[in-house]
Amino acid sequence: MGPQLSWYLALSAILFTIGVVGVIIRRNVIAMFMCIELMLNAVNLTFVAFSSFFQDVTGQLFVFIVMTVAAAEAAVGLGIIIAIFRNRESLDVDEASVLKL
Amino acid sequence: MIENNLLSLIIFAPLAGAAINWFVGRRVRNEKFIGTIACASVGVSTIVAFYLAFKSGGALRSTEPLLDHLWTWIQVGRFRADFALALDRLSGTYALFVTFVGFLIHLFAVGYMHGDRGFYRFFAFLNLFMFAMLTLVLADNFLLMFVGWEGVGLCSYLLIGYFIDRKEAGDAAKKAFITNRVGDWGFVLGIMLVFSITGSISFFTKPDHGVVSALGTIAGLSVDPFTWNAIFAGGLTSVAVLLFIGAAGKSAQIPLYVWLPDAMAGPTPVSALIHAATMVTAGVYMIVRCSVIYTHAPSAMFLVAIIGAATAIFAATIGLAQNDIKKVLAYSTISQLGYMFLACGVGAFVAAIFHVITHAFFKALLFLGSGSVIHGMHHEQDMRRMGGLKKYMPITFATMLTGWLAISGIPIFAGFFSKDEILWQTWSAGTFSLPSPLWSKVLWGIGALTALVTAVYMTRMMVMTFWGSERFREKHDEHSKSIEDEHAHHVVHEPHESPWIMTVPLIVLAVLSTLGGLIGIPYALGSLVSDHPVNYIEQTLEPVVAHVPAGGSHSGEAHPADEVQWLSPKPQELDSAPPVHALEGSNATAGATTHAHSPEEIREERLLAATSVLIALAGIGIGWLVFQKRPLLQMPRIIENKYYVDEIYDATIIRPSEKFSREGLWKLFDVGVIDGFLHSLGDAVKEVGRVIRHLQGGFVRSYAAIILVGALVLIGFFAYFGIQAMGLVR
Repeated sequence: MGPQLSWYLALSAILFTIGVVGVIIRRNVIAMFMCIELMLNAVNLTFVAFSSFFQDVTGQLFVFIVMTVAAAEAAVGLGIIIAIFRNRESLDVDEASVLKL
Repeated sequence: MIENNLLSLIIFAPLAGAAINWFVGRRVRNEKFIGTIACASVGVSTIVAFYLAFKSGGALRSTEPLLDHLWTWIQVGRFRADFALALDRLSGTYALFVTFVGFLIHLFAVGYMHGDRGFYRFFAFLNLFMFAMLTLVLADNFLLMFVGWEGVGLCSYLLIGYFIDRKEAGDAAKKAFITNRVGDWGFVLGIMLVFSITGSISFFTKPDHGVVSALGTIAGLSVDPFTWNAIFAGGLTSVAVLLFIGAAGKSAQIPLYVWLPDAMAGPTPVSALIHAATMVTAGVYMIVRCSVIYTHAPSAMFLVAIIGAATAIFAATIGLAQNDIKKVLAYSTISQLGYMFLACGVGAFVAAIFHVITHAFFKALLFLGSGSVIHGMHHEQDMRRMGGLKKYMPITFATMLTGWLAISGIPIFAGFFSKDEILWQTWSAGTFSLPSPLWSKVLWGIGALTALVTAVYMTRMMVMTFWGSERFREKHDEHSKSIEDEHAHHVVHEPHESPWIMTVPLIVLAVLSTLGGLIGIPYALGSLVSDHPVNYIEQTLEPVVAHVPAGGSHSGEAHPADEVQWLSPKPQELDSAPPVHALEGSNATAGATTHAHSPEEIREERLLAATSVLIALAGIGIGWLVFQKRPLLQMPRIIENKYYVDEIYDATIIRPSEKFSREGLWKLFDVGVIDGFLHSLGDAVKEVGRVIRHLQGGFVRSYAAIILVGALVLIGFFAYFGIQAMGLVR
């Protein structure tokens, strides 16, 4: 008995939950960022699993789109993080609760 | 029903004149241009009105009204109001004298207003007034009539307050406008009630347009019993009383007359045109137009007669003690309007219209004459500073002489015939609208007494103005009040005669005041000189007004059904009934006493006419004897102060309502309720905001948590109900 669909879905749910919890409890902005990426990839895993299950390539197309958006988002996000670090010399998001310095 | 599109030219020519003067005249500022436009536009109306009235098959010669259906204005469910004009014998008669007298007054005004800064404004308003007045007269339904009614009210307001730099002019304008609102309230309710009773507001039946006449429907209803309770029953008596409230406001009857004397703050041509000849007679027109409603509501007619007679004597006595020449004429106008309402109240609708016409002639003449005097005296209105003017202003004097004789009721002059007709009709009125035969004699007595007082105060005015010592050279009394004080303190000018453009209208009106009464010579007097005397006015108007039943029952008895037939059917049908050539052959169904011509009645009528002449002569004699020697005779204080009516109104109505507005409406309702509601609404929003702004703390992780919670709630919602739905499907 090979891997079932539910295995993939369970793994995806676990990864997603780890991502959500990480975003909420971590204060380091890099860590939060990584958790967001984790959530995106959990979703990608779901897409691929369903695509394979239904023998339909559409799900895999979505994965490519999500990966593209994630790459663009990573570029912009990292840029913002660098800018914040330059101004505040800190990566703690709670310290960046107001926009003005 | 004859369609004639020329009819709309009568109302739109003055409107075009007003527009040109307002938009072009204000830039051109050339008196010749403005005056020509103003007079020409009214001239066009006059010519068209005369053409349409007298051409073969014209309004006054045919039995059918001329119609001009412009467009359907409002149509909602059963309610329908057309913008349509109608020229029948009644509106035709009115349109003729309104346009003609209006034209003469426009002409006079060109001379009177010479050199005034607001020349263009004055004539734009004056033309606008003509438009509104003619709309009122020619309207073929109640609502369009009301448009004209409000239009003349607006123009009256604008022209009373024409001298915008004078506070009393503005106050008088507001007083006129607000007092008229009280009347309009009654008028509007009356119109609504007419609609709810008949389902129509049109005066005429127009089969082409699917319109049924409201008045025709009313002619088929039964007569309200003669009880005061009938007023509140929502029947025809209520309609009649409400319409009369409207008429009393516009036509300055007790208790709404107070605005008219103050309205004299406007320029004199305005007083002549609006507050003497035309607008103030709109109330009489409306009542005569609705005569069929009144003949179905005898208790309302009784009220009209009482108010009319009371106003006549009340205003006449006040006129006795005024020193401002225009104020005398203003009270005289109120008093004469009282006569007209008295005539309406006893069912003599034709006599009322007759008096409207002759009054338009002689009162316009007297007002224009007084305008000429004021002009010649360099804006002096106080008669105590006049005297001996006949030497300086011969034409004005001669023309005003005819006006004086006309209003006093000297035979041949116009006022005699119309006033005598009213007095005779009052004397011989049946008991239809009066509770007992005694009332007709009482009302006649009041009317005759008014005639006496009228002759006295008019003589006083003439004596103070034209005879006696020349008081205008005397040093002015610093304490005496004059509207034109700023002018009065200048060097004394010599009085001078007015230019031709002012005297020509005076002469024309003088001729009309002298001969105008000949259109309505009663049979009793006409038969003295001719075998077949023709009473043109009666012959023309008799078919379009309703008639009271000759015998007339009263005192709360319900009218038997067959008696309804005595009342004239709707005017349209009557139009075809009477042969136009013979007076005696008039409508048998009319049943009016005027057609009887029994020898006793003729003798009685002649006797009354002789009495009227004696009363007029006595009045003039008394006036002459008393005031010739002592023109400055101090009159009793109470009438000089107009019976303190203004003060009483001030104390009983104006100040309490001011107090109520200030303390109740402003401080309690506006500040407390309206402001309070809005303030607490604002406070509530502020409070909610103060609580929920903590959600937005700037902490990224709390936002993320809120998003998470929101997402969970949504997913939970859809999951829960989705599973339920699937459960149902399975």
